[in-house]
Amino acid sequence: MATCLLEMRKICKSFPGVQALDNVDFSVNAGEIVGLLGENGAGKSTLMKVLSGVYIPNSGEIIWNNQKVNFHSIVDAQGKGISIIFQELNNCPNLNAVENLFLGHEIKTHSGIIDFKEMTKKAKDIFKKLDISVPLDVTTNKLPIAMQQMVEIAKALLTNVKLLIMDEPTSSLTDKEITKLFEVIRDLRKQGIGVIFISHKLDEVQKITSRIVVLRDGKNAGELVTAGTNQQQIVSLMVGREMADFFSKRTKAPSDEIMLRVKNLSGPPYIRNVSFDLRKGEILGFAGIIGAGRTETALLMIGAQKKTQGDIYIRNAKVDIESPASAIKHSIAYLSEDRKTKSLVLAMGLRENMTMAIHSHVKGPFFTISRKKEHDVVSRYVSLLDIKATGEDQPVANLSGGNQQKVVLAKWLATKPSILILDEPTRGIDVHAKAEVHRIITQLADEGNSIILISSELPEIIALSDRVAVMHEGRLLSIMDKEGITQEKIMSKIFSA
Amino acid sequence: MTSKSASKSLPAKFFSYRESAIFVALLLLMFFITIFAPNFISGSNLYLVARQISFVAIVAFGELFVILTGGIDLSVGSIMGLAGVVSAMAMASGQPIFLSVILGLLTGMLLGFINGILVAYVKIAPYIVTLGMQLFARGLILVITKGWPITNIPKEFLFVGQGDFLGLPVPVWFMIIIALIADFVLKKTSLGRRTYAIGGNEQATFLSGINVKKIKVGIYMISGFCAAIVGIILIARFNSAQSDTGNGWETDAIAAAVIGGTSLSGGAGSILGVIIGAAIMGVIRNGLVLMKVSTYWQTAIIGIIIVLAAVLDRVKNK
Repeated sequence: MATCLLEMRKICKSFPGVQALDNVDFSVNAGEIVGLLGENGAGKSTLMKVLSGVYIPNSGEIIWNNQKVNFHSIVDAQGKGISIIFQELNNCPNLNAVENLFLGHEIKTHSGIIDFKEMTKKAKDIFKKLDISVPLDVTTNKLPIAMQQMVEIAKALLTNVKLLIMDEPTSSLTDKEITKLFEVIRDLRKQGIGVIFISHKLDEVQKITSRIVVLRDGKNAGELVTAGTNQQQIVSLMVGREMADFFSKRTKAPSDEIMLRVKNLSGPPYIRNVSFDLRKGEILGFAGIIGAGRTETALLMIGAQKKTQGDIYIRNAKVDIESPASAIKHSIAYLSEDRKTKSLVLAMGLRENMTMAIHSHVKGPFFTISRKKEHDVVSRYVSLLDIKATGEDQPVANLSGGNQQKVVLAKWLATKPSILILDEPTRGIDVHAKAEVHRIITQLADEGNSIILISSELPEIIALSDRVAVMHEGRLLSIMDKEGITQEKIMSKIFSA
Repeated sequence: MTSKSASKSLPAKFFSYRESAIFVALLLLMFFITIFAPNFISGSNLYLVARQISFVAIVAFGELFVILTGGIDLSVGSIMGLAGVVSAMAMASGQPIFLSVILGLLTGMLLGFINGILVAYVKIAPYIVTLGMQLFARGLILVITKGWPITNIPKEFLFVGQGDFLGLPVPVWFMIIIALIADFVLKKTSLGRRTYAIGGNEQATFLSGINVKKIKVGIYMISGFCAAIVGIILIARFNSAQSDTGNGWETDAIAAAVIGGTSLSGGAGSILGVIIGAAIMGVIRNGLVLMKVSTYWQTAIIGIIIVLAAVLDRVKNK
């Protein structure tokens, strides 16, 4: 009975410096729910982007309903009946459910005017079919996330969907809403629609899927029939890699001196009572899934976001940090998780970016910035971090991801910090640059700096950290010691929360 | 690290500057206007054109600072008018010239300060804030003057708007001096660096420990200050303060900046570009008059030029 709906064969996709997909095979049958799992960076989203026409693969073929196809755009893929619902929903928040449902293919009367009557009738039909009631006359931003999601599912059904890709669909839903969502998904399956379910929540994957495909480092790591597997099996497929020699080694142990103490830190959007100590020369890893609140905690710490409660002590003295400027004064540096939107002025050169946080140290006469002092800073860090650029005024937009990240690192090292919060310092940079950044981090800690390392890559966290703090839904669950720590232990801490 | 321009030929070096293309456009424009209206190039005509350009350019310098941060100031025209009225009233009532000028300048900076506070701290869109200020200040002018001009400007002050020095109109000297200062501020000082940085990436600038709000308030004050300078020079130019002075000048200031290569999304633009932009507008206006094109058409043509400049910039940066 299983008719093969989709088959992807030996898909390869590379970006400069990264082989994102390496001969990946993937298939979905009609009426089948397939779980797609893997760590961040394993290639899940790249594979889905190839499938939905956002990326064109370097090699490999896609067989759709027994026919070889090439998708050049999302519209191509949608035309064939493939719809993707992203984690960040794509509704127009200012339009109501009916308007969103028919966006782009509105029903019109003979005179070319939008036929709201007919559209509303069809919308009611489809929601009835899904057995959900969605208020049709309020703008979608007033609807709960779960309903907004239903609107997107309904929209996919309207376009005659055959294969529905759902990326982390449950991440912002309550248990009750999840149950309802699963009912809808099972119903879709009965109608012969294939579903690809991407999630970090293993229990949900076990509950809803019939087969699980695991990717790791852009390759097929394995495939499991859901019935009869346990989470242990899945997790070890996801993480099972040897990495002992890949990371730089620490030469010094952290001292006992407490450098930073955070007590009961709470604040927007959902951070509750986060407390921890950071010792001199220590690397404290922060693990958690996306949305755990790690970046948000950092933003509260540096005063970029106003905290509602909590105290921060540096070297046992209470400090009042109300802005990023005062964080810098207290020798805290925060390297943000998104270098293009939050760290760099892309149109500016290396020089202007590197000295951005230290204008007071590169002063010349008459409120000027001294070119000479800037030049000294830039040349020091260009050689120290081995940055490849054509000149100090080359716009950083033209640098590779790895070199951009080094410019950001240089900007913060130039502030002479003693506490560094590194948020995803190796995201989106190639393997070589990654190893270099790891070396720099290790060296900084060995020199007596205290480091908070936020990363979605567990191997990185485990290899570099002295202790690992695990966060989930705005709370700090526990701080684990390096001894005997494994990815499995961290994962199960998160999943059992 | 090597200097990037050392090995380039002279023409290549010339065209590596952002302003080169529009400068060539200005020269071509002057050339063609001279063909159709030879009296364009006469000394006395150029004298008038230069003076007119200088007024627009000074207002546009302030506007440039605002646009560089990704904002916009629609109130410069009304601020000009109000600053002029305040100075003129002070002079007419017998206050010393120096004090009267200071009062006018403070008026401009105060209105700019209010703009800045509303934009940076209350977080209202610059468009709305400065549109409101435009109407408010214009209304205030009418309340104060009831539509009548303020006369009795001291004779010795008229030199500022009507006199000349070393063969150039005095307002042109003002433009040159302010241009040099503004260029220095933008290129050499940390205020200038931060202005560009905010327009380039406000979030990154904030996270780098820069007080973005304070800079923004300062920027709107600079804009108000520049507008006030022109408003005050204009009372000397016309020997009176008029209630409609500055009406619509925000369009000219924004246009001069855009034609001069300033990006409306912020982060890119220069004083030199603004001067050339103001010159292009001044030359076209004057040329059209000399070629006896109706004033109605002049406005339409300026409109086309502005959009054309933006299109060229988009094409060049693609």
